[in-house]
Amino acid sequence: MLLTRTLEEKLVSLYRGGLITGGVYIGKGQEAVSVACGLFLEKGDIFAPLIRDQAGRSAFGEPLIDVTRTYLGSRLGPMRGRDGNIHRGHPRNNELAMISHLGAMISVTVGALMAKRFKGEKNVVGLACIGEGGMQTGAFHEGMNIAAVEQAPLVVVATNNQYAYSTPNDREFACHDLVDRAIGYGFEGYSINGTDLGACLEVIGGAVKRARAGRPPQLVVASVLRLSGHGEHDDASYVTEDIKRQPFARDCLKVTEQTIIDLNLVDADTLAEWRKDAVAQVEEAIATAQKEAAPESDKEDWCALSTRDIADSFE
Amino acid sequence: MSVTYLEAIREAQAKLLRDDERVFIYGQDVGGTFGGAFKATKGLAKEFPGRVLNTPISEDAIVGTAIGAAIQGMRPIVEMQFADFSSIALNQILNNAGTHYWRTGVPVPITVRLPSGGTKGSGPFHSQSMESIYAHYPGLIVMTPATVEDAYTMLIEAVAIDDPVVYCEHKYLYYHLKADKLPEKGLPTGRARIARAGRDLTIVSYSAMVQEALAAAEELAREGLELEVVDLRTVKPLDTDTVLASVARTGRLLCVGESFPWGGATAEVIARITSQGFHLLDAAPQRLNAKDTPIPYHPNLWSAHRPNAQHIATKARALLRE
Repeated sequence: MLLTRTLEEKLVSLYRGGLITGGVYIGKGQEAVSVACGLFLEKGDIFAPLIRDQAGRSAFGEPLIDVTRTYLGSRLGPMRGRDGNIHRGHPRNNELAMISHLGAMISVTVGALMAKRFKGEKNVVGLACIGEGGMQTGAFHEGMNIAAVEQAPLVVVATNNQYAYSTPNDREFACHDLVDRAIGYGFEGYSINGTDLGACLEVIGGAVKRARAGRPPQLVVASVLRLSGHGEHDDASYVTEDIKRQPFARDCLKVTEQTIIDLNLVDADTLAEWRKDAVAQVEEAIATAQKEAAPESDKEDWCALSTRDIADSFE
Repeated sequence: MSVTYLEAIREAQAKLLRDDERVFIYGQDVGGTFGGAFKATKGLAKEFPGRVLNTPISEDAIVGTAIGAAIQGMRPIVEMQFADFSSIALNQILNNAGTHYWRTGVPVPITVRLPSGGTKGSGPFHSQSMESIYAHYPGLIVMTPATVEDAYTMLIEAVAIDDPVVYCEHKYLYYHLKADKLPEKGLPTGRARIARAGRDLTIVSYSAMVQEALAAAEELAREGLELEVVDLRTVKPLDTDTVLASVARTGRLLCVGESFPWGGATAEVIARITSQGFHLLDAAPQRLNAKDTPIPYHPNLWSAHRPNAQHIATKARALLRE
């Protein structure tokens, strides 16, 4: 959580300084939920993160250098300049590369799990992230339904951060509680306050365990407030004062730091050391990526097929 | 013994399931004892238990699931019940499957079968030809087999290809076309075929329109006119060289497609031949497509909406007078 916050704050300042092309999308306020998504997955499990899941990506094993290379346009990054910011993924390492069309990755995760079932791999689980905005797409609905039909060992973690870009919940859905949808899909559903790391670990960890054990697919709905704009171009002026006073509007990082100090799990000096260490890791990843060459258009092969010998040619 | 175009598709899938344990079939009504709306998977669920799976009516999720399985090393074949319904899966096919290799370096070997094109009485939502839409987007191979032999070998090839393939099978040909036996091997993917040799005019076509073009060529042969018919086989990649060589022989080009007239495969052929082979043309190249309306239900209207042998013959005669 701390590493993600440090990294993303640095990315924001690089963006404001004009050093990042395109957008910067951060998960401020959602780190506790996201980190819990990555922590319980094991080698061979499938992870389908979305745009506010840096904490989960890092917990799943994505190196920091991948993040800075992608944002800073290094040709050594996993997307080689062909795609940017948070679209990155490592399909070979089971970290799926999201597309911007929300809901689309739910069924892709189901398919990856079916492949593992076909191949006889056991005790595998998949975890797909979504927001309350993405929950309103047709693709999400189709994906949830097919997951249950296939009895895929899937956990879907839905983070309700109160806004789809600028649109508040009351223009997104009209059901009493999003978790009520679980029963309709044939999922087991749970709710958490996403600013409470302990609850996130317990409930998401439990959902992963149940899915792995062959229970029906699991839906966890976490309430948080997005503590940033949709992207860094957005000042989030539409966020109301009333919502900022809600229990889910706390900063999960501050809450967690206070909690672990109160519980005497760490002292203030250790926490300061952690912060220093996070800054050092982030600065190194940025410095390395900044030194690396950008992609060059004349060295690009401009071929969207792996089977190059049958690709169409255009003069 | 004779085998139909539809049986060739079934046989190709049976062979694929037999020979390659990575293959499974996923689609609406393909499994159980039913075997698909057109019976293209008849008996396969019984012969290959657990590998021919019925799905909900969820075209987006069907293709999404296939993509996820393909990334993990499987070779899924998706049957869309009708090509028309693949519009619901456009996002997964174009934006997910079509971009994946380019973005991540990991190819997505899915095959999406589209029962395409018009048959009498099928109307606006069970008759469409979608090949031009898929061909427009990067990252996809688009196959349009016009013969029983190609229906068989190209489907086997589609599954072997590491990239996503949209396989447009024509419903009109399902029962109309027959062959004596199935071949071991076909032409390489991306190579067009001279379906009939001639010297006076080149008709470039694909899918069911090849059969209409051949009938038109037969009619004009009785008038002493020799039409060459090129079957593109795949609209993407498009075999420009074979078309150019044909136009070099004939000097005249007519492109025929069953899809709507704005843009599309026929327009692409004309654009390429005009820019690369303008000097070979003795007359302005022409194209013939369906009308720019939804596809009508009534046979009287439908038979005027899509090109047929008579329309092609009339257009060819006019072009030969140029």
